[in-house]
This record gives sequence, C-alpha cells and structure tokens, in this order.
Amino acid sequence: MFVLVEMVDTVRIPPWNFQRQLNDAIAEELNKKLANKVVYNVGLCICLYDITKLDDSYIFPGDGASHTKVHFRYVVFHPFLDEILVGKIKYCSQEGVHVTMGFFDDILIPPESLQQPAKFDEAEQVWLWEYETDEGAHDLYMDQGEEIRFRVTDEVFVDTSPTGPAAAATDTPAQPGQSTAPPAEGSGEKKEPPYTLIGTICEPGLGLLSWWNN
Amino acid sequence: MEKNANAAMLSNYEVFKLLTDLKEQRKDSGKNKHSAGQQNLNTIMYETLKYLSKMPCSRQSPDIVKDFLTTMMPHKLTKAEKLQLLNHRPQTAVEIQLMVEESEERLSEEQIEELIQTVADALPGDPEQENAAPADAEMEEANEQP
Repeated sequence: MFVLVEMVDTVRIPPWNFQRQLNDAIAEELNKKLANKVVYNVGLCICLYDITKLDDSYIFPGDGASHTKVHFRYVVFHPFLDEILVGKIKYCSQEGVHVTMGFFDDILIPPESLQQPAKFDEAEQVWLWEYETDEGAHDLYMDQGEEIRFRVTDEVFVDTSPTGPAAAATDTPAQPGQSTAPPAEGSGEKKEPPYTLIGTICEPGLGLLSWWNN
Repeated sequence: MEKNANAAMLSNYEVFKLLTDLKEQRKDSGKNKHSAGQQNLNTIMYETLKYLSKMPCSRQSPDIVKDFLTTMMPHKLTKAEKLQLLNHRPQTAVEIQLMVEESEERLSEEQIEELIQTVADALPGDPEQENAAPADAEMEEANEQP
C-alpha cells in the first residue's frame, strides 16, 4: 500500500526560521510542500520518512533566505497492481461504486467489474448483486458505509498543473489527494482528481466483507 | 524535483509506527502545528492513523514482523504476497487465494490451512473478534496446552 520514494529538492528556509535546527526547519518545509498532495506518476504523499543527505546551504543575492539541496525519503501511498485493499463505500452512481479509504477518496469500481450479475437500483441509487442460489435470487445491496475488499486493476494520473501560455514542464505537486473538504462548488468546470484508482470485485472473496464472513 | 519512485515497499505497521511517533513529537511542539501550512499534514496524519488503527498492523511490533517473515520463509512466497499477508492477516482460504498468485497450483489444500494457522499464530488478532469465536475453539487450545 505504501512505498518509500527517494526525492531530491531544494528547500528554502526564510531568515526568521534560522534559529531553528536546520533538520527540523527542512522537515517542516518538506511536509508543508508535499503532505496530502499527489505527485504526478508517484502517488499520494503522506509524510517525511527521513533526510538522507543535506548539501551545503546557499544564500542568493536579493533573497535573504537560505537554499539547501536535500536528499530525502517520503512515505507515499501507491498501491501496486493487483494489490488487495479494504475500503468503505462512499456512494454508488451510474459510473460504478465509489470507495473511500478515509485518507484517499478517488477509488472507482466500474459496473463491469462488479460481481455479476449486477443491477443499479435507481430509486435507492445503489448497486446490487443478484446472487443466485438453489433457493432463488438474493439481492445483495452495496450500501453506503459498508466495508468492501477490492483488487486494484488500474491507476490514472492526471497532470493538473496549471497550463500557462508557456506550458512549463515542471512537476509541481497537484491539488490535495483527498477531498474531505467540500469540492469546488459552483465553478461549473469538472475538476479531475489527480490520482484515481480503478478496482474490481469480480472474484471470490472480493466485495462487501459481510458477504464472505461466516 | 528528482525522484526514484520505488525505493522500497513499506508495511502498514511501519507507516503506523512512523505516524504515531510523529504525532507524539508534534504534541510537544505546541502552537506550531495549527498554522495554515501544517493543516495538510494534520489532515493526512489523522485520516491515515484512523484507517490503520483498524487494521491488524495496529497490533504488531518489530519482533512480530520479524518472526512472521522468518516463519514464512519455507513457503516460498514473493515479497508482495508476504506483505499482503502481513497487512491483512487473512483468516480464510478464499482470502489466501486472493493474495497468493496461482495458489491452486503452488499450494495444496493442507498447505493453505497451514498458512492460515501460521498467520493466525504469528500475528495478533482483533481481541473483540476473538472473544466472539465459538467456545469449542478455545477448548481445543486448552487441550493442547501441556
């Protein structure tokens, strides 16, 4: 689920933080820059693991702050392909079942990857599995808040950096990966999440935990 | 910013421990953590800890992880498979088949049962769940004690 990513970056420490220990000031700046943000093609950054190397700090003309090149390792949420994960159902829509893990929200299980045969109940806005046994068909509802086990089949990274007139190719961190804050209301444009996971539950053992616990 | 996107895989326990230690450290720092810049770190730490504290990793320790990996050596599982077993603590054959690739070809039914038993012994389980377990399971254990 989590990986360690080695990164190198230059950290700027403003003069009013000079009294602090360099390591602490740098750790704080790095967390401020990366925590809870998605880095393109890397994953959702959680927190700093450690600092492996600090190069010399420089002060440039016109700017009183110190700039230090830092080699560090960051804990990143980046499940590997085919990994099994457990989350909670956020809501269901025509696009499929939306799952959340609390710290990461953009997980989708498309209709073709649900346990077949599956049907969408328009009235209650919920997907259900029409489970056939000898006794007849049971409708197993996928209700909100239920714990669900799924397998990761795909990941989609979208580069959400602003495209200026001179489209610069810098890897700036994109918007925060999880959306417990209310989504952009009334802007009219659909914001693409920078990192989405596609999952499947079309295998024995996958789906709501309650389906498989005796 | 240069990066090496896959330096190492971390178990849930390692991340859980890191975040718990970081939380302790930040408790002492006082007013620093409420500044606007720190809000993202607070949010992600809170949510991730909330998620991880409900998983088996919250009951693990470095020794438990080390012993688990040593016990797993003869089963010849890949790193990713052992990691999933460690993170999820599967209790049924169906879960093992999900996490171990081609388990029908690599493991016989007895080996799968053995694996379930090893996992249950090596990794501590949820105390609430275990209290709800049928009484005969506890009686079996009592009979096995010397």
